[in-house]
Amino acid sequence: MPNAAPEAVYQTGRGGAAPGFSRACSLRAPNCHPTFGYSTAETSMDRPTTMTKRAAFLGVAASFIASSTLGGAAVGEQPEIVFSPLDRQRTIVTSAADFFVRNHAGVPNVDRAQHRLLIDGLVTRPMTFSLDDLKRFPAVTRTHFIECAGNGALEWQTATAPSVNRSHGLASCARFTGVALRDILDEVGLASDAAWMLAEGADAVAYDRSLPIAKLLDDALVVYAQNDAPLRPEHGFPMRLLLPGYEGSTNVKWLRRLHAGREPWYTREETAQYAELLRDGRSRAFAFVLDAKSVITYPAAGAVLDRHGTYEIRGFAWSGRGKIAKVEISLDGGASWLQAPLHDPVLSRCFTRFTYSFAWQGRAMTLRSRATDETGYVQPTHERLVAARGYFSEYHNNAIAPWQISADGHVSDSRG
Amino acid sequence: MVRARVALVTVVAVALVACSNAATNEHRDIGRDATPSELAAARAVISPSGEGLPAGRGSVREGQELYETRCANCHDVPAFPKLWGGVGSLERVPQKSVTSYWPYATTLYDYIARAMPPRAPGSLHPSDVYALTAYILAQDGIVAADETLDAKTLPRVQMPNRRGFFTSDGKPDT
Repeated sequence: MPNAAPEAVYQTGRGGAAPGFSRACSLRAPNCHPTFGYSTAETSMDRPTTMTKRAAFLGVAASFIASSTLGGAAVGEQPEIVFSPLDRQRTIVTSAADFFVRNHAGVPNVDRAQHRLLIDGLVTRPMTFSLDDLKRFPAVTRTHFIECAGNGALEWQTATAPSVNRSHGLASCARFTGVALRDILDEVGLASDAAWMLAEGADAVAYDRSLPIAKLLDDALVVYAQNDAPLRPEHGFPMRLLLPGYEGSTNVKWLRRLHAGREPWYTREETAQYAELLRDGRSRAFAFVLDAKSVITYPAAGAVLDRHGTYEIRGFAWSGRGKIAKVEISLDGGASWLQAPLHDPVLSRCFTRFTYSFAWQGRAMTLRSRATDETGYVQPTHERLVAARGYFSEYHNNAIAPWQISADGHVSDSRG
Repeated sequence: MVRARVALVTVVAVALVACSNAATNEHRDIGRDATPSELAAARAVISPSGEGLPAGRGSVREGQELYETRCANCHDVPAFPKLWGGVGSLERVPQKSVTSYWPYATTLYDYIARAMPPRAPGSLHPSDVYALTAYILAQDGIVAADETLDAKTLPRVQMPNRRGFFTSDGKPDT
């Protein structure tokens, strides 16, 4: 079921300097129910037909306030969540237009000439860097996935997504160009007791996250280009962080500040959100790395097989801990597993493409894919994930997706 | 004279070599020192210990008035994220709110200060932010109804879920 365009939810936005709102998600729009926390089953998941009637996912306070009480003119109108059309992606690199979007306070209008990255706190020499400054450092180009920590959050309790794009489409992969953050920090000089940095964006709420310096010195980049073009505004123009393998929300967009300190700051976005509430009532914080995951993108939820015969399973696998070692397919409800060929290139912390041919003869069957990464970690079942974390964990859902083909050829999640 | 000129050339040559070494080995000489005004314009980074909290003070009572006039028309919408309620619910059917879930009161101050109100984030006076923080915390009795919060008292507030957060060991749990 190919989509004409990425599916946009929460049509809203605020310009950084002159906040304004669109009114896409109205209280009166029946399909627009922003949900907060884990009341996922209450969310209407029917496919929207207009930009103003979108089912919602993971609360965004700004959009709700804007639409429900303020109305008014749309300034810098941008979606807060755009699912990537995985069902039509054929190569590991997602186009910038199809790359998923998740914002927390709209897309700021950043003036490239005025924008500076300030690095301060426990440093030898507080400094600022312009975009032109960044381009004087040795340029690094790497292909990496970014996945939202909340990808699949609505599937924790029951599988409700009408399409693979909705259940898995907050993950994309691109060729990023920028600077090794280590090179920039060499200029500034970190104090010996600095262990964390607070990364802050130039959006309306100054979105910020505490990040361990060990990761920042290891392989973090400050990127200014995506797929060989300047970053688009919704992807962080003029510069964003890229922390390969870390949950998407740590890759702070419109990056304007890195502040070094000894301890994390427990900001709103690492307490109220992006911490995993476990079965015993405790919350796991700063679990940044995304474990291995795979998904069959065709035939997947939302697809219809209209004739009997041979089909090619297509899908992607990725791991925040390195390369994908293998992907296995099950056609019999998980009883037996067969290895699927991986397509070159197989890169670390990057989408890896797999395919597998099978015959469908009009009988109900369930397709599953299961990824193993180079550390030996095996993608878990949903049951295993729930056993480890309970039903309210929300983030980092890397469960195996069981796509059930009914006798009439309609594909859906068998847990749904 | 000739000797002096040779000496000068030598000094310049040594200096050039030193510069190029610095550029390739240690510093690339990219970027510039942050100016005092850039550092002053950067927002205060607030930590759970209270570091970065500004001067000012606000009471629960002042917070109530502010909340009712500036905040309630959004925050009283039922579908909105809950600011209070659900304390003690996390092990059963969790109701996440500021009071039931957030481990540090400083986080509440920080977020109100830079994100609220949405039409003019960052516009509230620190005393107003202390007052709103106090009012929200008082709804579940985390601070007393006659409490006044400031940079000294706010970090001492014990949130109900203070011990509920732990830092991941970085290893997979499945």
